[in-house]
Amino acid sequence: MKFFNETSYEPIPIYRVMDNNGQIIDKNEEPNLDKATLINMYKTMVQLSHMDKILYESQRQGRISFYMTNYGEEGIHIGSASALSPKDLVFSQYREVGVFLYRGMTVTELVNQCYGNCEDPGKGRQMPVHYGSKHHNMVTISSPLGTQMPQAVGAAYAYKRVPNNDRCVICYFGDGAASEGDAHAAFNFAATLDCPVIMLCRNNGYAISTPTSEQYRGDGIASRGPALGLHTLRVDGTDTLAVHNAVKRARDFTVANNKPVLIEAMAYRVGHHSTSDDSSAYRSVEEIQKWTKDESPLQKFKLYLEHKGYWDAETEKAWSKEARDTVVRTMQEAEKKKKPNWKEMLEDVYYEMPPRLQKQMKQMEEHLKKYPEHYPLNQHESD
Amino acid sequence: MALKSSPAVLGMLTRLSRRSFATSKALASKPVTVRDALNQAIDEEMERDEKVFVLGEEVAQYDGAYKVTRGLWKKYGDKRVIDTPITEAGFAGIAVGAAFAGLKPICEFMTFNFSMQAIDHIINSAAKTFYMSAGTVPVPIVFRGPNGAASGVAAQHSQCFGAWYSHCPGLKVLMPYSAEDAKGLLKAAIRDPDPVVMLEDEIMYGIPFPMSDEAQSKDFVLPIGKAKVEREGRHITLVCAGRGTDTALKAAEQLAGSKGIECEVVNLRTIRPMDFDTIARSIAKTHHLITVEQGWPQSGIGAEICARVMESPSFFELDAPVWRVCGADVPMPYARTLEAHAVPGPADVVDAVTSVLGNKISAVQAQ
Repeated sequence: MKFFNETSYEPIPIYRVMDNNGQIIDKNEEPNLDKATLINMYKTMVQLSHMDKILYESQRQGRISFYMTNYGEEGIHIGSASALSPKDLVFSQYREVGVFLYRGMTVTELVNQCYGNCEDPGKGRQMPVHYGSKHHNMVTISSPLGTQMPQAVGAAYAYKRVPNNDRCVICYFGDGAASEGDAHAAFNFAATLDCPVIMLCRNNGYAISTPTSEQYRGDGIASRGPALGLHTLRVDGTDTLAVHNAVKRARDFTVANNKPVLIEAMAYRVGHHSTSDDSSAYRSVEEIQKWTKDESPLQKFKLYLEHKGYWDAETEKAWSKEARDTVVRTMQEAEKKKKPNWKEMLEDVYYEMPPRLQKQMKQMEEHLKKYPEHYPLNQHESD
Repeated sequence: MALKSSPAVLGMLTRLSRRSFATSKALASKPVTVRDALNQAIDEEMERDEKVFVLGEEVAQYDGAYKVTRGLWKKYGDKRVIDTPITEAGFAGIAVGAAFAGLKPICEFMTFNFSMQAIDHIINSAAKTFYMSAGTVPVPIVFRGPNGAASGVAAQHSQCFGAWYSHCPGLKVLMPYSAEDAKGLLKAAIRDPDPVVMLEDEIMYGIPFPMSDEAQSKDFVLPIGKAKVEREGRHITLVCAGRGTDTALKAAEQLAGSKGIECEVVNLRTIRPMDFDTIARSIAKTHHLITVEQGWPQSGIGAEICARVMESPSFFELDAPVWRVCGADVPMPYARTLEAHAVPGPADVVDAVTSVLGNKISAVQAQ
């Protein structure tokens, strides 16, 4: 009789393509990406990090209420987004802004959402960072952790019913969210219902202040995959090319076989959990610095591009400035814009506005006609 | 505790002799159980729209824990009727995700008591996503299953969730009473682009009701948000839904016979959006109101009706305060005799009516 536990097996190995200096380890693994695509990928990563920095500061200055940064995970965002088709449906958690940017959402749209102004595609309904875009096939972000996971599986189930389906679903979630009951249900269903879904875990070491050593005892999230019948891979999340390869292969597999894939991307959350967190309370500055220095996805990818002769110090300086200016300019414009029309508060509760809300809308309209001077109507968009 | 078919016969007689708001004519019609009515509704809607599908525990090969989905897996196969692993959070989430992606799921909870394990998906995702997505992602999903007390299944299988779900904007909440209610409302729910919670009743599943020709048509749909006056009367209004309607009708029969009190029984059919207009019209006629529900008193459906009466001109139509008849404020006990006391019966409604009409409320409250 032999009991098995988490030490009975070797940990699932980590797949990487580049070393810390951006050098390809095995030439056979280098993806065939053209110059324009590679440069676009890198530029998006830089744009993301500038946007993060400025929007984080703007929360500290009281301009927006809340923000979450993505430092250290840019490689996961862009590596995965670049391997998907724009038709694939994306369910995200909240730390995947790079995917939105790569898909074509503009800095303007994202900043407008943070400000909740009249041009916010979300009509002022959601807190900052809770982006969504039907046009870009990105499901509107939902706060309760992990609920997007079985929902992603359900959407994949809907896709596979279509004959000649060529779309998959990707679902991002963190190492902490993977502890939710929904995660287990999602993995189990994805396997038992044969759904074309990629479950991508961003294991960044922390769930607010809870380190992974307290989050789970097993071999990370990847070890749960084979246990539940999922094709599984563990990848270096700071290696953009490795993430790209992994997601590309996963996508081809899910669409061809209507079977799920679990990818665990190992990275490190360089920033605080959000603007409501101060991570110096639970981790050392040295730890953060080590990861920033040795395992920066931006650094590794930049070196790779430089080795290929696609990028240099000049272009770096120019793009850095442009990326920063874009965000600053966009913010200045966003601040000047009006707030959404007050009527948006009552719209979209149901498909058709029910009589009770219609009545309340009418009452408010009449009230405002009578007492406009008591309300900041000029700050809001009017009909 | 077992119900006989007499309420159905009496119901038919009253329908023959009075006009009702439901747009059906009670001609010579064959009785259909609530279970079969639900089954017909699902079958017809699945045939009509191939995006409609059913998922839940035991819905496929087992024909459903309460046989509501009997025969559907045999007819439509694995693609349209899916047995799920045992996780309410899991399959409710799957259903919501499928609705996001354009399908029309019917998600069955073996009982709504188990829906609490999935309530985040129902409230935070299904109810709120259309709003949060700025009107770009509708969620055309139906959550259905038995709700409220059954028989000898105790605390964790007997709670009524009418008040919980009807609290939340973004959801529509239905509580059918008769077979016609069940069929018409479920078809309307499946066709509705909003998320709908359909609170059925296990005891009512087996009760047959006359089903008019019109109700047997494949296009028979009842309007969501419209109550039905099951029995007209001029002395007092009884507002109820689901099994409460059966209780109220039985009490009305007793009161008409023994005391000559004519009760007007208003079957809500929809809890949210609530048809207050019908209640108001009835109060304007009778000037007295009782609410009847199985759920607990605090923050219940009856409490909502009282609040609305207070806030409307109907307040001035009342000649006496409103009295709520509710389930006893305890977790449901198991013993049969205790259970019978914990759920309102016709005698409780009769007591309430005589108290209200006798203006005895102040005396009781002064004790």
